[in-house]
Amino acid sequence: MSLVWIAVIAASALSFVQKWVGYQAPPDVLDRPRVSRVTTLLPIALLGALVATQTATSGSLLVLDARLAALGAAAVLLWLRAPFLVVVVGAAVVAAGLRALGIG
Amino acid sequence: MTTAETTASQASPEEASTLRTIRRTGLSIGLATGLYGISFGALATASGLDVWQAMVLSAVMFTGGSQFAFIGVLGGGGSALGAALASLLLGIRNTLYGLILAPSLPRGGWRGAARAQLTIDESAALAATGTTTAQKRAGFWAAGVSVYVFWNLFTLVGAIAGQYVADPAAWGLDAAAAAAFLALLWPRLRSGDAVTIAVAAAFIALLTTPVLPPGLPVLAAALVAVVAGLLPSRRPVHLEGVEDESVEDEGAQRESAEREGAEREGTATADGAEEAER
Repeated sequence: MSLVWIAVIAASALSFVQKWVGYQAPPDVLDRPRVSRVTTLLPIALLGALVATQTATSGSLLVLDARLAALGAAAVLLWLRAPFLVVVVGAAVVAAGLRALGIG
Repeated sequence: MTTAETTASQASPEEASTLRTIRRTGLSIGLATGLYGISFGALATASGLDVWQAMVLSAVMFTGGSQFAFIGVLGGGGSALGAALASLLLGIRNTLYGLILAPSLPRGGWRGAARAQLTIDESAALAATGTTTAQKRAGFWAAGVSVYVFWNLFTLVGAIAGQYVADPAAWGLDAAAAAAFLALLWPRLRSGDAVTIAVAAAFIALLTTPVLPPGLPVLAAALVAVVAGLLPSRRPVHLEGVEDESVEDEGAQRESAEREGAEREGTATADGAEEAER
């Protein structure tokens, strides 16, 4: 079994455990402000980091290419309250278009 | 439709019609969220997973942000372990939802396992808009089951289609992944603190990219959140506001915004209503 399969299965199973544990924990965990603050902030930090690495890195290099323009287009679409699928497809179209023109 | 929605926003709604509205809302959330399973499936196969691996992620992991993180780290050349860790860090919020939902959902048996599996942003958010236990349950199950069905269906469609894409970059699929992360982040940027943390995390990820193995910069950036969360806050009032709305923050703001007022009023009476139902 490949490493990727092991990671897929292990992460999926542990993801279920994460959900299940919440129902078993004593409710007063919620009253600890630091717990809920970290839980709220973690997705924000991770998603911010993923936006950056997905846009401007290639392996261990920092790269500026058509993805940055596509991300800008995505930001505009989000600001215009476009649905998720429109944002994602819009960004892909911008990047594919620029590359077809030989840019980025 | 208009009649039911009007009823739902009134102070003393007719329960049956409110429940119908909630279930219909759950179905539309399921369809809308499920549709972007297409982009997950396509990006998963573009980043090197096969159709079956993409389907296991959607059927078992079943939490969109974590799934996108998994394929994002892997597609960026990161290790399988890095992908798993990133997805689990993003999944921590689901534990918080369980804590919040536990009092209003049935425990034990297959329903106990099902409520855990269906605990995601959308189901937690729709449950949070209910003012009675029956409404919370209806919202949770309606959104959870519909998202599950449509998310898996459209993941399959996207994964099969994605297999035939020879050069993902030529189709802009790498940029689509970046846009997907931005779209997941966007609704969470409702306070200055959130923006600061997102930007700081982005900078740390970029700065550490040349020196750390692929995948680890994302995890290093997550430390920003942990440090910021554990530090004594200079603006306690502001941060408490963020905490109080954690569930409404995640995901379905569209619906919760409409009913937020109703929920605030209903929280105090929810227990009484539960008694009455029995």
